[in-house]
Formats: sequence, C-alpha cells, structure tokens
Amino acid sequence: MSTVVLLTLTGLGLAALYFLIASGLSLVFGLAGVLNFAHGLFLSVGAYAGWFVATHWALGPAIPVGVAAGAATGALVELVVIRPLYRRPTEQVLATVGLSLAGVALLQSIWGADPRSYPRPAWTAHTTGVLGAQVPDDRFLLIGAAVLVLAALLAFLRWTRYGLIIRAGVENRAMVSALGIDVRAAFTLVFTLGGALAGAAGVLGGMYFGSVSPGQGAGLLIFAFIVVVIGGLGSVTGCAVAAVAVGLLQQFVNYYGTSGAGDVSVVALLAVVLLLRPGGVAGKVTA
Amino acid sequence: MKALIPLVLAVALPWSTLDIPFLFDGPLNSPGTLQLLGVCLVFGGLALGYDLLFGHAGLLSFGHALFIALGAYGVGILVNHFYWPLWTAVLLAVAGAAIAAFLLGAVALRVTGIALAMVTLAFAQVGWIVVNRDPGGLTGGEEGLPLGPAAVPGFLVGVANTVNLYWLALAFLVVVVAIVHGIRRAPLGRVLTGLRDDERRIAVLGLSPYRIKLATFVLAGALAALGGVVYVLLTGGATPYLASTDLTLSLIVMAVLGGAGTRWGALLGGIVYAYLDQRLTHVGGSLPGPLGQPLFVLGTLFVLAVAFVPGGLAGLRRRTLSATAS
Amino acid sequence: MILSVHDLSVTLGGSHILQGVSFDVPPTGITALLGRNGVGKTTTLRAVLGEIPATGSVDFGGVPALGRPTHRLVRDGLGYVPEDRCVFAGLTVAENLRLAVRSQDPDFRTVFGLFPELKQRSDQSAGTLSGGQQQMLALARVLLNPQRLLLIDEPTKGLAPAVISAVAAALERMAERVPMLLVEQNLAVVRRLARDAVVLAAGRVAWHGPTEELLGDPARTRDLLGVGSTVRRP
Ligand SMILES: Nc1ncnc2c1ncn2[C@@H]1O[C@H](COP(=O)(O)OP(=O)(O)OP(=O)(O)O)[C@@H](O)[C@H]1O
Ligand SMILES: [Mg+2]
Repeated sequence: MSTVVLLTLTGLGLAALYFLIASGLSLVFGLAGVLNFAHGLFLSVGAYAGWFVATHWALGPAIPVGVAAGAATGALVELVVIRPLYRRPTEQVLATVGLSLAGVALLQSIWGADPRSYPRPAWTAHTTGVLGAQVPDDRFLLIGAAVLVLAALLAFLRWTRYGLIIRAGVENRAMVSALGIDVRAAFTLVFTLGGALAGAAGVLGGMYFGSVSPGQGAGLLIFAFIVVVIGGLGSVTGCAVAAVAVGLLQQFVNYYGTSGAGDVSVVALLAVVLLLRPGGVAGKVTA
Repeated sequence: MKALIPLVLAVALPWSTLDIPFLFDGPLNSPGTLQLLGVCLVFGGLALGYDLLFGHAGLLSFGHALFIALGAYGVGILVNHFYWPLWTAVLLAVAGAAIAAFLLGAVALRVTGIALAMVTLAFAQVGWIVVNRDPGGLTGGEEGLPLGPAAVPGFLVGVANTVNLYWLALAFLVVVVAIVHGIRRAPLGRVLTGLRDDERRIAVLGLSPYRIKLATFVLAGALAALGGVVYVLLTGGATPYLASTDLTLSLIVMAVLGGAGTRWGALLGGIVYAYLDQRLTHVGGSLPGPLGQPLFVLGTLFVLAVAFVPGGLAGLRRRTLSATAS
Repeated sequence: MILSVHDLSVTLGGSHILQGVSFDVPPTGITALLGRNGVGKTTTLRAVLGEIPATGSVDFGGVPALGRPTHRLVRDGLGYVPEDRCVFAGLTVAENLRLAVRSQDPDFRTVFGLFPELKQRSDQSAGTLSGGQQQMLALARVLLNPQRLLLIDEPTKGLAPAVISAVAAALERMAERVPMLLVEQNLAVVRRLARDAVVLAAGRVAWHGPTEELLGDPARTRDLLGVGSTVRRP
C-alpha cells in the first residue's frame, strides 16, 4: 500500500512537470499552429537563470527569475523568429528546430555540457507521512505548483478578454482576425505564457532532479509532446488529464517492469490513442 | 551526364596527394582526410534518403534516426553477440529496419502534418531509450557498441584500408542517388510530388495515398538502415547519437540547407553539414565563446537560411544563375 | 463607390481562380455577387478581406486595401459574415458577441431588436445552436459595431424556407443602415434584396447590371447561372 501511495505521488509530481511544459506547448500549437521545438530551450533558459540566481544570490527569487527568463525567451522567439514567418508553418517549425539546436549549444558554451547540481529549499528534503508512506516533500512542491497553474490558466481563459481571444483563436484563427482583432498579439502572448510556464518547469524540475544540464529541456519536451497529442491540441484540461495519465503510467511501469519500460509504455499509449481516434488527435478542442 | 564528372573525381580522389592547407589537415589521400570525406559522403546519402520523405513526399518525419540506429545496432549486435558473418548481418539488419518501418509507418501515417511529426518523434524516442538502457548488455548503453574487428573482412580494417571504407561510403551514396533519382524520374515521382502538394488530387486518380506513403516510408527506412551500417563500418562502432532526435534534426537541417525536394540539394547539404560539423568540432577549441560549438553555428545558420534563403543552397544557385543570365 | 475592385487575380493550390475581376459596390443598398458553384465568389470576398494573397487593386472607402492586414480593414468598418458562419462553437452566445465588440457603445439594441432569440440563449454554447440561429449570431456579430460595408457569404445556405425568409427580412432591415456585398444562391432572395448584381464566370466578371435585368431574362439567367427559370417570389 505504502509503495502504491509513494508511486502515485511521485507519478503525480512528474505529471505536474509535464503539465507545466505541455500546457504552454499546447496553447502555442492550438492558437498559432506552431509545433514549437524551442519550447525545451525556454525550459533550459529558465532553469539556468534560476540556478544562477540561486547559487549567486538567494533561493527565494529563483522561481520568479526563472519564470521571467522563460517568458522573455518565449516573447523574443515569437517576435524575432516566428512572426516574420507567419503563413509559412513548415518554416516556422524548422526555425524552432534550428533555435533549439543553437540554443542548447549556446547554453553549453556558457555553462558546459555536464550537469550542474541544483540548490533546493531545505524543506523539500524532508518527507511527509501519507497513508503509511514516507513521501519526499518535493513532490508536493511540484503538484502544488501545477494545480495552482491549472486553476490560474482556466480562470484566465474563462474570464479575461485575452482568454476569450485565445479560446476563439484555437478554434478558428482567421475568423478572429475577421472580427477586427489582431490575433498576432495573442500569438506573442501565448509564447510568453508558454515560456513563463516552461521557465517555472525548468526551475522546479531542476530542484526535483537535483541538477540541470543544457539538454534537460529537450529530453522532457518529447514526453510533453506526447501529452499534448494525447490531451488534444490546444486543450488545457485535456493536457492536465493526459499529463496525469502519462506520469502515473510511466512511474508504475518503471517500478514494476524493467527499467525503461515505463517510457516505452507511454509511447505505446500514444499509439493506442492514435489508433482509436486518429481524427481526435489532429482535432482541436478548447480549454 | 554532368553528374559523372564529380563521380569520377570522387572515385579517383584517393590517388591524389594534393594538400589543401586550410580545408583539410593532411593530403587528400591521408587516412584522416579520407575518413572525414567518407563521413561526409554517408551523410550526403542519409540526407538525400531523408529528403525522399521530407522534400519529395512532404512527410515531415522526426523519427528517421530510429532506422539508422536499427541498421547500425542491428549489425553490431548480430556480429558482436551472435557471431554472424558481416554481410548476412547487414542483410538482416536492413530487412529488419524495413519491416519496422512498415509496422510503424502503418500506424504513424494514419495522421498527417504536425501530428505525424509528433508521432514519429515519439516512436524514435523508444529507440533512443532502448539504446541507452543497454538491455541485456546488447547495445553498450552510453558507451556505444564498437564493432569487433574479428568479424569484419580484412580489407575494411585498419588505417591502411581507410581508402576502401571511403569507396564503400561513396558506393552507398551512389546507390541512394540512383534510387532517389530513379523514383524522381518514374511516374511514382510525380505521384509523390502530387501527394506533397495536394493529397486529394492523388486520391481522385484512384491511387491510395496511404499505400504510396507507406511504401516510400519503408524504402526510406531501408536506405537509412543501410547508411547506418556504412557509418558503423567507417567509424568503427555504433553510438547512441545514431538513435537520437538530434540526428534526425540534423538531417532536416541538411535537407533544408541544401534545398529540400531538389535533385542535389539534400545531398550537398548533407556533405557540407557533415564537413562543417567535423571541422568546427576540430578547430572549435580555438574559437571564442559559442562559436566553438558547431551546433550553435549550424543552428544559427539554419534559422537564417530558413528565414532568408527559401530553397536552400539549390535555390540560391538557381537564383544566382538567373540573376547572372539576365 | 464604397468598394472598387480592379483586376483582382488569385492563384490557389496552383490554379488561377480569379483572372482579373473588376467591379464596384455603391455606398447604399445590396449588391449581389453571383455565379455557379466553385466559380470563386468566396475567394473574391476573402481576397478583398486580405485573407488570401491576391494581385490587382482593391479600394475600400478611398483607401487601398490589398496588402493591409485583415483586422485593420475590419476595424475600418468592413464586416464579414463567412459562408459557414464560423461562430465559435466552444464559446457561448454571449461570449461570441463579446468577442466581436470593438466600439465603446456596442449596438446591442439593434442586435436584440432584430434577433431577440439570441438574448434568451445567451448562455447556450454556440455549437449547439440551430443553423438558422448560428446565422443570426454571425450577422449579429457584425451589427454590434459601426460598419461601412458588409461582405456576406451565402447567409441562407442550408436553411429551411421559413428561416430563409426570416434571414432575408433581417438583411433587408440591415441594408437600410449599411451597404452590402451579398453572395447568394437563392435567386428569390436575390430578387427581393439586391438592386445590382455582378456575375462571375470563368474567373472574370461575365455580366453586371440591375438585378431585374438579369433575373427578368430566363435565358440569360440560365446561361450565366445554370439554373432554370423557376424564380419565384418568396
Ligand atoms: N485553398 C485552396 N486550394 C486550392 N483550390 C481552392 C482553394 N480554395 C478554393 N479553391 C478552389 O477555388 C475555386 C473557387 O472557390 P470558391 O470557394 O471561391 O467558390 P464559390 O464561388 O464560393 O463556390 P460556392 O458557390 O460553392 O460557395 C473552387 O474551384 C475551389 O475548389
Ligand atoms: Mg462560396
């Protein structure tokens, strides 16, 4: 029993990380139609910015700085690279591929290819007893952050004008323009938002894994892609559900099967979803 | 047959003792230079094979590395662990990769566009995971899988025989060119272009877009596996890099930089990219900051090319030609 | 002239769909844009709106329109009601309307005066509205803001006869306030609403003039639009 509780909470912690990455990715894809390979770079930039602040100054501001760095990178990429390629979707994807390659190499040239150990708040090293299981507190940090972000995102989409524009734009971008709205301002917004969430994931992930390396973002990105496809492109709640499914599946299979089987089973889940509803994957759903 | 001249030059190159100071470290026929050129040729072939999918059929696959790795590791495992003779192992590895391409393609090609990109990416990730986890000690994990020299025929082993490996790489490239250009010229080539531009038009002709795409996917997978095999022979072993998404991304960069969907674009892109990658790694230490990172230079070049040079090198050449003509 | 289209050409997916279309839309009343299926009526509207690349020239209210972003044209008073209505299915009726609001004081009085049903259904998600109700929502969206010209694409498509006359009546009242370029297949509706007609054929304007002149001549109607002389008043 206690093993199951521990595995569940650890799986949910992983799911929280996936959700933070995938929700931004999903909104960017849903609205702007860009499969953003540079999203992993936003994460790495946020992680290193947070790391820098935490090791040179204090742990407290690491998260806001990581978020800000991720957001700034997202906004910059949209304005400088994506926007000039508007209406050329393949080129946009390719440009983000180039950015992810160049960006990771840039980080590598500054901080080296080897992982750096990541400072974390002292309390995350403690454990809390839950139903007989001793669960490390860093899980709760991740889960708490993700729940907060989910609630805030849903409220934003539901109650604000920009939320309305994003929900409408995910359904039909052209029609939003035809109502006199500059939908490209919303593109910049979702890139910034996605960058901010990825930055948060970078810092929290650094604390969770205890280290950061230039390729960290790209490694997590692939699972985030899978979450996005399973959850339905552009859907935040779908993303949350898929993240939980993927996180739990991966954790449980990795524990009870051979190592690595969890990762493979996630891809198998993707294949099953594709076979069962190929249309549902490409189809867009909102909020 | 203008293409014959470069081919003859490439075949004859190992007899030249020409020393080009800045471009190469030793004379053309030195083992180091031949090895570098051989890798360039392999990547030229791999990039052109990938472009069959991407540039010609319009299938944006992010899983090509999986098939390269299947060829490379397939041969390595059969030879090292099961003591198969090399050429039988090559046959089986390539056939196995083709079967894998058939099975995965059958699922993945049910979707198109960006969803296809994501699904192929996910499938290839399985290859990456398996290779790194080193199941049963078969793949050697992060260390890679050096090819046991005992199993390789003598004329392909040793520094003195680098020239034979170079010719092998050239032969691989010629095979890929023959196949891809053969398809371009055949009615199938027009069908593929039609598929890329507008799938409905092909469906109207009564052809099944799905089957044609699947056949192309299988062929490209087999060519990739063959390239993986040649790469392993040339460099002495398989490394996890061969299974990585980074490799697929590099192939995309090569195809696009060279000019996707053109006759020679991807091939040139592959050769130039592989050359720069190796040379920049070599001289990298002496360059300041990020310029010492080949991927930084290549990635940035790529973004600029995508934004400002549509059609890649091939497009650039065409435009220069028409500009000088007028 | 509120809209002048001159030598408009559009190529999509390799086919040259519009090959130099020229016509004018007067600043009052309804001008019909007609033609057989697939001749390029929707394409013409989308090109005017800047949704697809086009060459030639388009002049809207004295200002060149080609090359300007869609949302700017719309803000200048060019309202668009697309062929498939394109209401946002996942949004409620109220949200659809709220999204469309641009001006300080949106004209909800006119909108709910014309379509009282929308007020009652404000919290219903737009995807669950009937076809006629969706069409009314799409028309309502452009009526909330001050407009100088409306582009309306087949507003009666797929609707039951009773609903068609309700929509036609609404269009008639809207036309008292703002000029329209109306794409419409139902010739009875065209006859009732449009003063002038522009007919497209083979990528060009094949005929233009008063609607009566076109529809009063069954042979010409059949020739240009490929339909019989069964034009009845609604
Ligand atoms: N994106 C596209 N790519 C290729 N061809 C297109 C594209 N969009 C439209 N077409 C073609 O352009 C032609 C004109 O289309 P359009 O929708 O403007 O016709 P229409 O006059 O509005 O027809 P209908 O009365 O059926 O609505 C059609 O033959 C259509 O198939
Ligand atoms: Mg139409």
